[in-house]
Amino acid sequence: MQNVKGRFGVHGGQYIPETLMAAVIELEDAYERLRTDPSFLAELDSLLRNYAGRPSLLYYAEKLTQLLGGAKIYLKREDLNHTGSHKINNVLGQALLAKKMGKKRLIAETGAGQHGVATATAAALLDLECVIFMGEEDTRRQALNVYRMKLLGAEVVPVTTGTRTLKDAVSAALREWTSRVADTHYCLGSVMGPHPFPTIVRDFQSVISQEIRVQIIEAEGRLPDAVVACVGGGSNAIGSFYDFIGEPSVRLVGCEAAGHGIDSPDTAATLTTGRLGIFHGMKSYFCQDERGQIAPVHSISAGLDYPGVGPEHAWLHDTGRAEYVAVTDEEAVEAFELLSRTEGIIPAIESAHAVAYAIFEAPKMGRGGIMVVTLSGRGDKDCAQIARYRGEEAGE
Amino acid sequence: MKKSRLSEAFGGGKAFVAFITCGDPDMDTTFEAVRAMQAAGADIVELGIPFSDPTAEGPVITEASMRALRAGATTERVFELVRRLRGEGGVTIPLAFMTYANVVYSYGVERFAATCAETGVDGLILPDVPFEEKGEFAPACRARGVDFISLVAPTSAGRIATIAREAEGFVYIVSSLGVTGMRDRLDDSISEMVRQVKAAADIPCAVGFGISTPEQAARVVGAGGHARPGEDYPDGVIVGSAIVNLIAKHGKNAPAAVGEFVRAMKAAITQK
Repeated sequence: MQNVKGRFGVHGGQYIPETLMAAVIELEDAYERLRTDPSFLAELDSLLRNYAGRPSLLYYAEKLTQLLGGAKIYLKREDLNHTGSHKINNVLGQALLAKKMGKKRLIAETGAGQHGVATATAAALLDLECVIFMGEEDTRRQALNVYRMKLLGAEVVPVTTGTRTLKDAVSAALREWTSRVADTHYCLGSVMGPHPFPTIVRDFQSVISQEIRVQIIEAEGRLPDAVVACVGGGSNAIGSFYDFIGEPSVRLVGCEAAGHGIDSPDTAATLTTGRLGIFHGMKSYFCQDERGQIAPVHSISAGLDYPGVGPEHAWLHDTGRAEYVAVTDEEAVEAFELLSRTEGIIPAIESAHAVAYAIFEAPKMGRGGIMVVTLSGRGDKDCAQIARYRGEEAGE
Repeated sequence: MKKSRLSEAFGGGKAFVAFITCGDPDMDTTFEAVRAMQAAGADIVELGIPFSDPTAEGPVITEASMRALRAGATTERVFELVRRLRGEGGVTIPLAFMTYANVVYSYGVERFAATCAETGVDGLILPDVPFEEKGEFAPACRARGVDFISLVAPTSAGRIATIAREAEGFVYIVSSLGVTGMRDRLDDSISEMVRQVKAAADIPCAVGFGISTPEQAARVVGAGGHARPGEDYPDGVIVGSAIVNLIAKHGKNAPAAVGEFVRAMKAAITQK
């Protein structure tokens, strides 16, 4: 699905300072060597099974299905992984890769804190130093995760430049990597940034769709009609889609954060409202003004509050193989509440964007349909914020 | 190597390249500051077109970019500034733009290169476009006589010759790892980077990132008794953050202070 040098159609590439080129070339070489290395793969597989708790469940949400009266809804429970989200899949892979490359230190960006927590966890397990960059605004929105990262032995650096959110955390991590490349691996958390990151992260996340395939065939004897996942940078979505890209009968639907709405400036729906551009190492779609200045985006979800999208999603969008829809803050919060009440599952507010689409779409698909919705993470971290959104106070 | 206005600016001894963020605090101040730079002996001025998320920049230039954007700086207004500098401003020294890929891409690469040529901009520096991606920008620039400047860094070992052979104008040597900004210590590998560039191509080298004092600048170029046998020295220095700091400190009154600073730096690198 990929052209030369990390291109997905026109998207992707390596738009980074010369100082970092040696590091990405070193990473590319190491990954090429290890991706088929049986001992590396066995070690990773053992970590995924015995530490992260894979395979994750594919759960038939019978009550939600009955309530909506349409397609059968299955939830891919990435929220049940160790550290509470899909992020661990990628982090274990990259941390192991870093270790094999002789790196002593992991740095990472984080939005909601899920990737930061996962990285800090892997660093603790594999004896690596760890520094996490997090927008100051997000350290407030996700204070509990800041504590978790520190508890795991990581240093958390609040980023005070720009909008003080995920985009600025990525910039800060890139700057830090530029100043210390020899002993440091940048454990990028999504399918974005310069080649080879979009490919490496996608490969480590594609375990999600590989498991869905086996599990749904066991449960239903056939492939699903639709696979639905939320998209910020797009790692849980590409992981959920990847094994089905060659199966034309499976609709692939990515749910972006519309924030206050796609007609408002307070949106993070990149594929719906963005324009082709070059930023953070890649060519892709970005929310930006007419002069190419990156837009200050908004989403209630810190993890989707990013002005770009991974290059492979940009390409799946261009080719029409995947559809991308925009879900507002309000719709996501309603889905967050509905899933909690009907199934007793509190989803991450990011994942609630995908649940919102299921609520909208499942009734239209009819009772014979099968839809898989990826719950990328659990929602404990979001409870205080959603309470505030609803005008209640919830002590953290 | 093909001669250009930028490469020839290195012909008269060690060259001083002065950076400024356009529109910080406003375009009129930038206009006067660039004139003051020329009057004080600057050989090239690097004009920064502000970008919202300058990932190669340290805090000083990042803050300046934010101030300029808040004050209404745009690509169009920067081109207007260049027209004024080349007209009533009487600025004749070479000018090069320093900005980020998305600013140029969004304007349209062909149109950007054409407007550079039309207004009198001699070169373009995009720190987020390495050798591997320059094919998208360099040919349009070359067709209009605008040099697309290549950078080499302390991590470029094994890439320097390839980069230098295709370089135009001058090679921008990144003094040390990290982002722009003032530093006490510079990398020991500058001499080695210069040696490798010169072995591959007949092109001037200018060192930037971290240089802020006359003493440091003199040491970098081997002036004022700093030259040691067997060392290779660059043909000039690029100074940004120290100048941008003066502008942050003095605001609209900065041009005089900038002129004084440039004069001191130029004197330091050209002393015997």
